[in-house]
Amino acid sequence: MLAYIVRRLLQSVLVLLAVAFIAFSLFTFVGDPVNNMVGVEATDAEREWARKSLGLDDPFPVQFARFVGHAVQGDFGQSFRLSIPVETAIGARLPATLELVFVAAVLALAIGVPLGVYTGLHRDGAISRILLTASLVGISLPTFLIGIILILIFSVWLGWLPSFGRGATVDLWGWESNLVSWEGFKSIILPSVTLCLFQLTLLMRLVRAEMLEVLRTDYVKFARARGLTNRAVNFGHALKNTLVPVITITGLQIGSLIAFAIITETVFQWPGMGLLFLQAIQFVDIPIMAAYLCLVAFIFVVINLFVDLLYYAIDPRLRLDGSGHAH
Amino acid sequence: MPSIHACAWTAVVTRIEDRVMAAVIDGTQTTRTWIWRLGDSLHRFFDSDIFYSFRRSPVTVLAFVITVVFFVAAFAAPILAPFNTNDVATLNLMDAFKPPAWIDGGTTEHLLGTDDQGRDVLSAIMFGTQVSLIVGFMSVLFSVVLGVGLGLISGYVGGRTDHIIMRIADVQLSFPAVLVALLLFGFAKAVLPRGLQDAVALYVLIVAIGLSNWVQFARTVRGSTMVEKSKEYVQAARVIGRSPIAIMVSHVLPNVMGPVLVIATISLALAIITEATLSFLGVGVPPTQPSLGTLIRFGNNFLFSGEWWMTIFPGLALVILALAVNLLGDWMRDALNPKLR
Repeated sequence: MLAYIVRRLLQSVLVLLAVAFIAFSLFTFVGDPVNNMVGVEATDAEREWARKSLGLDDPFPVQFARFVGHAVQGDFGQSFRLSIPVETAIGARLPATLELVFVAAVLALAIGVPLGVYTGLHRDGAISRILLTASLVGISLPTFLIGIILILIFSVWLGWLPSFGRGATVDLWGWESNLVSWEGFKSIILPSVTLCLFQLTLLMRLVRAEMLEVLRTDYVKFARARGLTNRAVNFGHALKNTLVPVITITGLQIGSLIAFAIITETVFQWPGMGLLFLQAIQFVDIPIMAAYLCLVAFIFVVINLFVDLLYYAIDPRLRLDGSGHAH
Repeated sequence: MPSIHACAWTAVVTRIEDRVMAAVIDGTQTTRTWIWRLGDSLHRFFDSDIFYSFRRSPVTVLAFVITVVFFVAAFAAPILAPFNTNDVATLNLMDAFKPPAWIDGGTTEHLLGTDDQGRDVLSAIMFGTQVSLIVGFMSVLFSVVLGVGLGLISGYVGGRTDHIIMRIADVQLSFPAVLVALLLFGFAKAVLPRGLQDAVALYVLIVAIGLSNWVQFARTVRGSTMVEKSKEYVQAARVIGRSPIAIMVSHVLPNVMGPVLVIATISLALAIITEATLSFLGVGVPPTQPSLGTLIRFGNNFLFSGEWWMTIFPGLALVILALAVNLLGDWMRDALNPKLR
């Protein structure tokens, strides 16, 4: 078990180093920074001095090591476009994205799992068929189109909900929040519904498939034979055993929620990290791109690691196999 | 299970075959075998279980018809489209903001309305679908070549090579395809000189989407290559001294291509959606060659003033196309899977 954790940690560090290397090589490809900094009339000696004082004459590995050292402390330099430190720019946008992802994840779980259980239990019912067909359409609908359609219906035609921005946020000790007041919450409804729809259909289909599988097993039949109530069998025995893959997928999908937030934030002009990153790509703002890349990789790796460890905590069978002796 | 219908087909095909055979009786040996093989495979195709299961599933037939209609509309757009939207000279600003024909103020000349510059929406959709399909196809081709190549090497060579390739695949798989494509696009934008960017944007997009999708192909091919590798025909080829590359390409490859076809179809739908997403975000094809995603992005600016048709119709076209290709892929997966038959 310990060896497994250590190996996984080492792998995670390797992945992060690889991503940091890609981010770092972005800087080296976009011309000579000294040329951009000194004036046209600078002499060769002055250029040489600038190069030395910036550490640009050091060998490549030393420069890379310095980059990683700064990155670990959260220092990615100044944004080319915004002229403020990158960590300030990202720090200001982080709460918006995190709240959006959080609400979307909660919605997907709260609606997707019950629907999955229902369609699993009533596999031939009319409602189940409608839900399954609807989910197929949901998977074929691109995220940005869902957002546009929701805006058209609820903002343009009905005028119920705001269509862009965060609206009225409440400042909670430096964390701008949409979740405290109803006015703020109204702004987050459309973006989070847009973001959660794909995950919702995915979860529903997953839970349904797992339920169908589990309902066929012997221990569920035995539980029925023991005369347990339907509720005890369906929820106590069947649902409980579908939860391992559900938790895994939910964990992994949080990563893709963060990625798809880029699209949702663009549609709704939601001032989060994704929008910042997209603008950075359009204006070739390398420090922001590098920082976003490293941050997202870090979040992904941590979630992946956490899910792997959770697997061991939830499923005792894995622990037995892992030790290699007990059987 | 041949029905009367299938028998009729068989008869037609056999007659074609006979005529072809008679025509080439004095042709060279190679052409003759080639044509005979073609006739034979046509015959076998129309008589096969796969064609039978195709005819028996109305949804699949419908999806197939829709896909064909989209292809014809897209690639014959210069002939079929009412207006050539790529030619600025044909635009008339007097026609701008015309609603669809069935709404007050619309004309039958512009069935689905016009955009802010008087562009016919229906024609724009046809030309846009062409760009979307080209990018989709080329990027899937790119992923197939890369993925199948790496999968073959990974499965056949094994050992350290296999380990490295599969580790890269694992890492990439944990990042969503859209994000990978977006990053590659940003990377290309930083590296390429500015003057060149619009000229190569289409190729950058194809490579970016292609690179974000190769993993599934590599994994599948690796798995089946490892199974094929231990079979007798591969051992025999090795014994007679064929080189590893020749064995991989001419012996193993034809036997692992079945599942690749299925994944390629589903990937096509995914690639079309990814392209539309990137173009919608403004990092896709250059504005001079609008794809479906670009059209949706342009139209989105006019959503609030009530001109919904500029966004909704291209969006509808995109969804129907993606859904049809997805349904075809689903059917193919079931039809080609011997376990489900």
